[in-house]
Amino acid sequence: MIAFENVAYSYGGGELLSEVSLRLAPGSFHFLTGPSGAGKSTLLKLCYAELLPTAGRITLFDREVRSLDRDEVARMRRRIGVVHQDCQFLDHLPLATNVTLPAMVSGRSSANEDLQDLLNWVGLAPLADALPPQLSGGERQRAAVARAVIMSPDVVLADEPTGNLDWEMSLRLLTLLVELNKMGKTILIATHDLNLIRAAKQQVPARVLRIAKRRVQLAGADL
Amino acid sequence: MKILALTQFLRGDKQADRVVPPSGHTAWLTSFTAATMTFLAVFALALSLAAGRLAERWGDALARSATIRISAPAGQMDAQTRAVLDVLAITPGVERARAMDDAEQRALLEPWFGPNLPLDALPIPRLVEVTEDDTGYDAEGLRQRLAAEAPGAVLDDHTRWRKPLAVAAGRLRMLGITSILLIGASMAAMITLAANAALAANAQVIRVLRLVGARDAYIARAFVRRFTLRALAGSAIGAVAGMIGVALLPSADVAGGFLTGLGFQGAGWLLPFLIPPAAALVAFFATRFAAFRKLKELT
Ligand SMILES: Nc1ncnc2c1ncn2[C@@H]1O[C@H](COP(=O)(O)OP(=O)(O)OP(=O)(O)O)[C@@H](O)[C@H]1O
Ligand SMILES: [Mg+2]
Repeated sequence: MIAFENVAYSYGGGELLSEVSLRLAPGSFHFLTGPSGAGKSTLLKLCYAELLPTAGRITLFDREVRSLDRDEVARMRRRIGVVHQDCQFLDHLPLATNVTLPAMVSGRSSANEDLQDLLNWVGLAPLADALPPQLSGGERQRAAVARAVIMSPDVVLADEPTGNLDWEMSLRLLTLLVELNKMGKTILIATHDLNLIRAAKQQVPARVLRIAKRRVQLAGADL
Repeated sequence: MKILALTQFLRGDKQADRVVPPSGHTAWLTSFTAATMTFLAVFALALSLAAGRLAERWGDALARSATIRISAPAGQMDAQTRAVLDVLAITPGVERARAMDDAEQRALLEPWFGPNLPLDALPIPRLVEVTEDDTGYDAEGLRQRLAAEAPGAVLDDHTRWRKPLAVAAGRLRMLGITSILLIGASMAAMITLAANAALAANAQVIRVLRLVGARDAYIARAFVRRFTLRALAGSAIGAVAGMIGVALLPSADVAGGFLTGLGFQGAGWLLPFLIPPAAALVAFFATRFAAFRKLKELT
């Protein structure tokens, strides 16, 4: 699905990530951890071509990212659902419309029942008509998760999806992602929450990637 | 196929339009610009049409011909005619010179004197028809030479004074057409500026749309449709206002003359209706160009 070969990335100063090689196999479940500022969000942005590597190769769905033109990047992003750390909503549109945005821009009409089911699952059905700035941080995060999965994408990348949520709601979202994984979707979650990782490991064979000293390593089983 | 795409474009996609937030003042700016530009274009159009009519009318009268009238005693008539023809033969700028025969002269005079004019008995002047070439001749020089060679000859070039007027009318028409083109170009420039402002103001919206998988064409369409429709609406208002202005000019029949003949005539009244679609087309391409260029800069 997603493969990094000797990838390096720098925002202009020194290298933030170096010699990163990894492979997210179809249907795999990964966590990405590391200290704040280590480059977790940056690595996710490389995965959906918001950033291009400064060295090395990134392959998405068997295509080298540099070889994709703008339309191909757009089509590729429809197959990757992303929960952004800062959510990225259109503030002038109600929550329900924001959640269906990926379907809208790809010309697909998402079934209304799917939307209702999804909003119910993340507990936002009563807030469907609210504008994003009127929502709490946790509500925004839940909406972001709903938007990431509405197109039933092949890959879901989630950047701190549970950062503002209570434990019960965190587990609820985790269950949603685990269910998607059981349907064969590839999942990558960046998080600091070790409890979340432990909970996931009881349900799926999740692996943990850790960013330390600019490198990405597979963390030991001791977590 | 093309037409289908156009009607689809105009009908639009309600949802797709909403992804770009409404943008108060730039909307007004575009409509207002289109309205004023169209208002001006209607006048430029009226001006160039009127100037064109004038150039045609005056140009026709200018058949590039003049006449030389020779009045001489019967005995000298033939000699002077030959002298005039000799002078004309060596005058630069004269393409052809021909003395009219009696039958022709009789035909010319018939309307005034009736058919049975005894030409031989009357001291009728002899007429020589002069046709100039493209460069034209020096009328004053010719007059002096004629005075020397044939004292009874008078050069009558009464239509020549119109020549500069016909040229001026032609220039005026060119000026009108140039103005219309410049007005179109200014409108394109202003709409490009307004579109760029709208695109910059919505950079975050565009970023989000790109992140959820929108193609450039989808994002551009939302802006292009908006600006095209605004330009169309503004231009329609401007065209109607301009046509009311032209219609209120005093009519040509009353006073006659150039300024009062400035209105549209007959089918000419349909031409201003072409301006709003043209303005919409200008807006379409200006916004499209600006949008695709801006989108390439973002993400
Ligand atoms: N656009 C940018 N330009 C320059 N530097 C940036 C930019 N974005 C991030 N950085 C820097 O890159 C580093 C890694 O940022 P990143 O957001 O990937 O960290 P992170 O691991 O996601 O952190 P957190 O856990 O706090 O979300 C940080 O030091 C940050 O300051
Ligand atoms: Mg981060």
